[in-house]
Amino acid sequence: MNLVQVFYEALQSLTVNKLRSALTILGIVIGVAAVIAMLAIGRGAQVAIDNQIYSIGTNLIFLTAGGRDVRNPRPLTLGDADALSDASQAPSILYVAPVIQGRSRVSQRGEQVGTTLMAVTPEYAIVRNQIMAEGQFITAAHLRQRSAVAVLGSEVARSVFGRTDNLVGETIRIENQPFRVVGVLESKGGSNFGSQDDQVLIPLTTAQTRLLRRQTRDQVDIIYIQAARADLVDQAVDELTQIVTVRHRTAINEPDFTVLTQQDILNVTQTITSIMTIFLGGIGGISLLVGGIGIMNIMYVTVSERTREIGLRKAVGARKRDILIQFLSESALLSLIGGILGIILAWVISWVVGEIATRRGVDFIPIIESDAILLATLFSAAVGLFFGFYPARRAASLEPVEALRYE
Amino acid sequence: MSVDDVIVAENLVKTYRMGKVEVHALCGVSFTIRRGEMIAIMGPSGSGKSTLMNVLGCLDRPTSGDYYLDGERVSGLSDDKLAEVRNRKVGFVFQSFNLLPRISALENVELPLRYSGMKRGRRERALEVLKQVGLADRVSHHQSELSGGQQQRVAIARALVNHPSILMADEPTGNLDSKSGAEIIELVTRLNRETGMTVIIVTHDPAVAAHTQRVIRLRDGLLEESA
Repeated sequence: MNLVQVFYEALQSLTVNKLRSALTILGIVIGVAAVIAMLAIGRGAQVAIDNQIYSIGTNLIFLTAGGRDVRNPRPLTLGDADALSDASQAPSILYVAPVIQGRSRVSQRGEQVGTTLMAVTPEYAIVRNQIMAEGQFITAAHLRQRSAVAVLGSEVARSVFGRTDNLVGETIRIENQPFRVVGVLESKGGSNFGSQDDQVLIPLTTAQTRLLRRQTRDQVDIIYIQAARADLVDQAVDELTQIVTVRHRTAINEPDFTVLTQQDILNVTQTITSIMTIFLGGIGGISLLVGGIGIMNIMYVTVSERTREIGLRKAVGARKRDILIQFLSESALLSLIGGILGIILAWVISWVVGEIATRRGVDFIPIIESDAILLATLFSAAVGLFFGFYPARRAASLEPVEALRYE
Repeated sequence: MSVDDVIVAENLVKTYRMGKVEVHALCGVSFTIRRGEMIAIMGPSGSGKSTLMNVLGCLDRPTSGDYYLDGERVSGLSDDKLAEVRNRKVGFVFQSFNLLPRISALENVELPLRYSGMKRGRRERALEVLKQVGLADRVSHHQSELSGGQQQRVAIARALVNHPSILMADEPTGNLDSKSGAEIIELVTRLNRETGMTVIIVTHDPAVAAHTQRVIRLRDGLLEESA
């Protein structure tokens, strides 16, 4: 018997009990859809998080004071930043951007909001990929003149002025001191890494003289460093580690500062998302397994219902193999149809999830990859054959006389 | 054993185990059937005639004893070989017809051809035998649309389709009214006469046995007489 005919017959017998077949298929549909949709959501989450991380800069390195098990760490200073900018000592480092940051209250005509105040240098715009929606960023001249100027994040602009355009030249008060708005940043969306839209930036020197009440005015909270090329990030880390170790007079391998690269963050989030994906996929896999047991159950029922038919087929010359193939093809067909419908359902689920995320302003689209489809299809086919095998073998090994006598 | 002996049974024994009780259905039965004979196997219920028929039709294996079908020793064959023998050498007709309800008369008749691996001309051959049993106008009907007599004719066509050496019928008229039953026996008799096919009928109806050339009588798993 050829394969087309085998499957045609299998289809015929499945249509005898349409509801039963449909319910069995439903189990597989849900299982396959769960696996694919979960993998798609995991993959989509990975990409969304990656994009977030890439949006904070390129070849970026974070340098902060202190670290695990460090007592009395020396703070980072502008001197450290200057040393890192020295191209002869740190050839792999392209830009250095020291930052002082803190919470602050910003007000304008009675509207007062709390936000993050960032005291920065012009390099900050480059290393942190800050794009201007209007106006200009803080310039070297501002820095030199300790100008009372500010650049607003879009969210701050919206909450203080109720708009994000035509703000250049307006005045805001930071800690009750007037600052002139020179620019507004473009929104980056998302809310990871301390919402880049909820911040106000001022020149570093201005902050030092006007706003800070710190003992050492030289002190900075974080230094952002951009490596010259992606393949020079590790080398840049080595260079800055050496420079800062010498400057802080700490023992080698016992640094009193922490270096974190974009890749480190990516690695962490990738680990998290892959664990999440495996977890979600595993849940999907379990439902596929349950669907497979559904197939097994229904095939056992089918075999005992059709015992006489099996006896008759054997009486007219069907071999074990013929009966085995007949019942295996039925369970395979159940899982095949279930698999195809499951892929379609997974696509629908992914679309709906992506749509909901978009409506809520989250930059997240589930990504169905071909290997997820392949995996789920192979898995469901294996489930169909595996769970179909035992009922089919029972059918095949029936003795013709006993099968024919069965009532 | 001559070439003309289509069935040679030597001391066939069949013992069933039903729970703890052993049931001796056949207790050493020997006989020979020649090619072209038409034979009735008779006996009261429980005499072992259906068991004998199942063994002869290769649906069941004897516990001991030898059985030669068409010169081939069947008692030692593997399951697959037995399936092939059932497919090619034996045409079996049951009391309860045993047609598959979901497929048409024609497809039912085609079934043995499919298992014999025939690729082309199955439909033509099936139509040919349906015509032979007088059902040329009912080929696309399903079981539920056929009378008992017609269903049994389809079953006979199915038994004949692969040119078997022997036609075996187990109470073929048992589920039929007397008129249909007579027609079926007439058909079988005609097939025996016209094609020279060996026919074995299990029956308890003397009227059916009267159409045969010889009667094998069983009682308590043993041959009573063979004349």
